[in-house]
Amino acid sequence: MEKTIHTYTVSIYTENNIGLLNRISAIFQRRHVNIESIVSSVSEIKGVSRWTIVVKVSEEQIKKIVGQIEKQVEVIKAYYHKDEDTIYQESCLFKIKSDLLFEEREIQNIIKDSGANIVTVNKKFFVLEKSGRRNEIEEIYNQLIPFGIMQFVRSGRIAVTKDEMKISEMLAAFSN
Amino acid sequence: MNTETLKEQKVTVATTERISGCEAIVRCLLEEGVDTIYGYPGGAIMPVYDELYKYREQLHHVLTRHEQGAAHAAQGYARISGKVGVAMATSGPGATNLITGIADAQIDSTPMVCITGQVASHLLGSDAFQETDIIGISTPVTKWNHQVTRAEDIPEVLAKAFYIARSGRPGPVLIDITKDAQFAEFDFKYKKCTGIRSYTPIPKMDLEKVKAAAELINSAKKPMIVWGQGVILGQAEEEFKAVVEKSGIPSAWTILGASAIPTDHPLNVGMVGMHGNYAPNKLTNECDVLIAIGMRFDDRVTGNLATYAKQAKVIHFEIDPAEVDKNVKTDIAVLGNAKETLAALLPLLDQKNHEQWHDEFRKLHVVEFEKVIKKDLYPTKEGLTMGEVLKEINEQSKGDAAIVSDVGQHQMIACRYAKFNKSKSNITSGGLGTMGFALPAAIGAKMAAPEREVVAIIGDGGFQMTIQELGTIFQQRLPVKIVVLNNEFLGMVRQWQQLFFDKRYASTEMINPDFVSIAKGYYIEAKKVTKREELKDAVAEMMGNAGPYFLEVCVEKEDNVFPMIPTGASVSDVRLS
Ligand SMILES: Cc1ncc(C[n+]2csc(CCOP(=O)(O)OP(=O)(O)O)c2C)c(N)n1
Ligand SMILES: [Mg+2]
Repeated sequence: MEKTIHTYTVSIYTENNIGLLNRISAIFQRRHVNIESIVSSVSEIKGVSRWTIVVKVSEEQIKKIVGQIEKQVEVIKAYYHKDEDTIYQESCLFKIKSDLLFEEREIQNIIKDSGANIVTVNKKFFVLEKSGRRNEIEEIYNQLIPFGIMQFVRSGRIAVTKDEMKISEMLAAFSN
Repeated sequence: MNTETLKEQKVTVATTERISGCEAIVRCLLEEGVDTIYGYPGGAIMPVYDELYKYREQLHHVLTRHEQGAAHAAQGYARISGKVGVAMATSGPGATNLITGIADAQIDSTPMVCITGQVASHLLGSDAFQETDIIGISTPVTKWNHQVTRAEDIPEVLAKAFYIARSGRPGPVLIDITKDAQFAEFDFKYKKCTGIRSYTPIPKMDLEKVKAAAELINSAKKPMIVWGQGVILGQAEEEFKAVVEKSGIPSAWTILGASAIPTDHPLNVGMVGMHGNYAPNKLTNECDVLIAIGMRFDDRVTGNLATYAKQAKVIHFEIDPAEVDKNVKTDIAVLGNAKETLAALLPLLDQKNHEQWHDEFRKLHVVEFEKVIKKDLYPTKEGLTMGEVLKEINEQSKGDAAIVSDVGQHQMIACRYAKFNKSKSNITSGGLGTMGFALPAAIGAKMAAPEREVVAIIGDGGFQMTIQELGTIFQQRLPVKIVVLNNEFLGMVRQWQQLFFDKRYASTEMINPDFVSIAKGYYIEAKKVTKREELKDAVAEMMGNAGPYFLEVCVEKEDNVFPMIPTGASVSDVRLS
């Protein structure tokens, strides 16, 4: 059971440090685990970074990996979650010829139905933004591809967890 | 607040003054109580060496003959004393030469701080002369590393470095300091680091887990303890001995755990692992409760995991949560420092002696004695064995010597047969198996514990990897005893070739130089022994000598080390021949 492969979202709270990316990615690299996506951002706590890494591994593996991540000096806390335990989103941008926006009724419908946003429009192109689950992004991608996409980019996953992380309490306990 | 911390604070305030970064580095080392450092100068670290010259009365810098030697010497210093070893090197090749020692310290949990010089910060990333990304290179083999580009960051970063290196599960830390940061002046103030918010050196002990462990131990019919270096690093020897004696449990050690309790303690049943003793290896697969204390189930200890102690319930006393369930699934994990967890365990244990169970160990020991030990220690054939050399050293040192071994057959023989009365006496490269470790490590060990006899046991191959450190030994007039067990082979590899590659001795035979002349060339007294009759007197002469001494013993060329668990085999398939 522990050996079946799942998608795991790893959330890591860290101190800001230039070298930490190297240190953490080395832990995945040593075990030949491919990082599906990685996002680094600020967190709800001032001065604390939050990393969101998505990997496909077994529970047995992810436990060991997260253990080794957590023991890094500048890692405050690391967690792993299955998809059902998080609320997660990805975001993507499409750059498309402006003519199409006005000439193809179909495109207007796709935009309306998918809940995508137009970020900017100029004479040459317009940019469409869509956030959502991977399958939603893939759906709109597949719908738009026949019309010709000038550029496409998708972000890594960001996720919040359903249960509490209690990082603030941990940090408060330290300063006391 | 006690008076000591008050005093400390006063000192800190009083020392606020304007000094350069390079002087600050030396002052930080002094604040941390460092008395000896090992290193090698070069362009990017020269300002620090200039300060070391000024402070030479307070801080002894030992010039090794290679930066690898500096790192291993710092390791030897740390392993025998429990204090943080310090090594220093210049940028580029100086820094990269430290890496083997750092990797060794990382895998063997040795507290060490390495300080490297770096090109000036405006040159970083430009492929400047002797610029190398030592932070990038050392990241996977350090517990922590950091580059300093501003003088005013030096005290805080070095304070953190020492704290991280020594606390929790110890390890190596590398601090890279740019040349401009060494030159810049700032207001120096030192404050020891006592905590880092993102870092929990010792996990909190859970008393419920201790109780559960005690219950399981008390109900066990055939319990067995395997202890590792965690007992030594946690300074838990007393508590450990009390636990062993009260519970009466047969206790075996990993290589790095050796000497935590004396070799001839009646409950000490020997070494586990690839070349460990027959009884504890075999009976690992017969015990009902396996109690692992401060060890990490290295593959050289467990053999094939699929057949390792499957019948047993496993209790793991461990300071590093990442080690729990990493290799062997535990039933009860007791996190914490061994000193604390074992002290909590002791009163909960029933007094027992497990007489019948001990008999099984004795029976298998007799088998090992007949098939292996007798031949090793009391040989009747003409050629000398490595084992009889160790036996002679044991007899003459009475077991009080610290044995620093290199890597290979002689290492396994040294670990198997050396007699240890005192903790921190077995200094060897366990996890990394670094040939060339012993000679420089013996330097550090002797300097940290000058009152102790330090005997290095080295193979003819490994000796030639760091042979230049004879120069350091001579210059420092260090009375270390160096024993080279010369089989004219990379013996351990040859053994594998014999057993698993049909005796195809690919690149393992060596035509060696005249080692005695080389030692003498370094003005070190030296002798070579080729016959059994000469051995006793030669060892006596070595031990009685007040200075450094080199002894070459020509041993049987093609002896093998047994018992042996072939790679991938089960501990219970341990071979005696
Ligand atoms: C730096 C390094 N290179 C290679 C090895 C692989 N290796 C392990 S034991 C050994 C042979 C050691 O020969 P020697 O020093 O003569 O000791 P002996 O086994 O003969 O006692 C070798 C080459 C190693 N452990 N370390
Ligand atoms: Mg040899």
